[in-house]
Amino acid sequence: MLSYTLKRIFQLIPVLLGMTFIVSMLIRAIPGNPAQVILGQQATAEAVQALTEKLGLDKPWYIQYIDYLKGILTGDLGESFRTHAPVVEEIWPYLAATVELAVFAMIIAIFIGINAGIVSAWFQNSWFDYIAMVLALVGVSMPIFWLGLLGQWGFALELNWLPTTGRESVRDPVNAITNFYIIDTIIQGEWGQLKEVIRHLILPGLSLATIPMAIIARMTRSSMLEVMRSDYIRTAKAKGQKMFFVIYKHALKNAFIPVLTIIGLQLGLLLGGAILTETIFAWPGIGRYIYDAIGFRDYPVIQSGILVVAFIFVMINLIVDLLYSFIDPRIKYD
Amino acid sequence: MANPARNIDELETTDPKQTRGPWREAWYEFKKNKIAVVGFCIVLFFILLAIFAPWIAKEGINAQETADRLLPPSAEYWLGTDDFGRDILSRIIYGARISLWVGFSAVIGSVIVGSILGIIAGYYGRWVDTIISRFFDIMLAFPSILLAIAIVAVLGPSLQNALIAIAIINVPNFGRLIRSKVLSIKEDEYITAAKGIGMRDIRILFSHILPNSMAPVIVQGTLAIATAILEAAALGFLGLGAQPPSPEWGKMLADSKDYLQSAPWTMIFPGLAIMLTVLGFNLMGDGLRDAMDPKMKS
Repeated sequence: MLSYTLKRIFQLIPVLLGMTFIVSMLIRAIPGNPAQVILGQQATAEAVQALTEKLGLDKPWYIQYIDYLKGILTGDLGESFRTHAPVVEEIWPYLAATVELAVFAMIIAIFIGINAGIVSAWFQNSWFDYIAMVLALVGVSMPIFWLGLLGQWGFALELNWLPTTGRESVRDPVNAITNFYIIDTIIQGEWGQLKEVIRHLILPGLSLATIPMAIIARMTRSSMLEVMRSDYIRTAKAKGQKMFFVIYKHALKNAFIPVLTIIGLQLGLLLGGAILTETIFAWPGIGRYIYDAIGFRDYPVIQSGILVVAFIFVMINLIVDLLYSFIDPRIKYD
Repeated sequence: MANPARNIDELETTDPKQTRGPWREAWYEFKKNKIAVVGFCIVLFFILLAIFAPWIAKEGINAQETADRLLPPSAEYWLGTDDFGRDILSRIIYGARISLWVGFSAVIGSVIVGSILGIIAGYYGRWVDTIISRFFDIMLAFPSILLAIAIVAVLGPSLQNALIAIAIINVPNFGRLIRSKVLSIKEDEYITAAKGIGMRDIRILFSHILPNSMAPVIVQGTLAIATAILEAAALGFLGLGAQPPSPEWGKMLADSKDYLQSAPWTMIFPGLAIMLTVLGFNLMGDGLRDAMDPKMKS
């Protein structure tokens, strides 16, 4: 197990190097003179020259890359063109907001998705099964930005049940400590604020959760159907065990492995999909941070934002891979 | 007098399964799958809409009738009008052209580039394979929509650049698929035989390996069109794809944001069009997978 873990981490090195390389070369890929494009047509020649030097565009690409890599290893992600603050300091609150949203969405997706899949498999070909699977099919094809707008229109504007945008009540802002507002409000015992934070999470969380929920439900159903046919389930049934135990105790354990892969994959995609949800709900997360930076041609922010999200994506996949062997000891790695 | 040749023909056609080729067999299987046929009909509907747009839609989809701003659905405007007084139905009909064009051409682009890279990696192996495969790994390490956004951020926002970005992010998927297919076919006996009779590599690749790898590519391609349409709409929604006054569905949704309460139809119908088209391709792709590649059946 340990040697496999080390091997997997070792294999990550070329991927991480490649990722940083692609990100560092983004500026070079801008058509024309990148510094001129970033500063606009009115910029003076001196300003363009200064920016060219600052970005290392006057040096050969490999020197530029090595400098960039050195910066990352020493915790320097560059400086925002717009705010002139170091990206590494600026990025944390945004990242925390996205992680909170993504985790909230994933919990909804896993809870509803797995249970819907189980019940569908349990009562295969029942009306519940049909409705759940049709909904899952539609869910997979759903543009999340449309779903977000529908939710905003229905639940926030028409019914007035939930807030339209933002992360907290404007009149009663949360005093940020960790920047995970659920944790912050609990630490400070601000129960009224906690309620507001959760109310703000529901709409963006649900729209972000829809696609993974649909995929998890489909995967759980097919995986459960396969496991339910196996001998040991028949034995458990023959022993007279209650169906609930057979399913949740015996079957789910084995059916969960393919579901776990999907969950890992979806959590990564969720981070990418957050950019759309965050735009609709004015959620101050990393997706919005990157999106705003595009408008200002703030390339250090674009680069670092993408790099951070991709890094998390890779790490999640690694963790999921390693989790397999804990869940299923039959999986052996050579 | 009985004709012996005819008798043999009759004998051979008694079992229809024996005479059908793999493609007709797949078509036969596909037709039996009702959900897949529904998907096919949805896709066909939007393709026809796109082709006959100039005849179906009203003239002047960009013409602004300020007096007719934000009108609800009526006999004159079936799906209502937007904030410039433009007919939403006509714009959705023309939007089908854009979405299908982006979906098909981006996927065809990634299939071509992916196939070339995948074949080279799979057939020649060794260091070439290592380099290409690592490159795919690196690209797949980015969440795809984020990579597309990065590419458009660099190239500048436009429909064409969105199309290029979508094509690029899909290359590794097809590359990996073709590579694994080539690896398994390469060891087949008929390839050894072809090599034995002195066939050149290029000919083996194009006349044997490529045609035999097509089935999974068609399945994956159909599903990829669905994703490509979603991604193009997402980029359009973020203002990074089609630019105004283009009737691109994602862009139409973005424009509807300010009128959610006063004119929800400006948001409902373009979104519905995206969802239905994507659903059509997904259903069709699932059906094709079950019909063409029984091993991939979920």
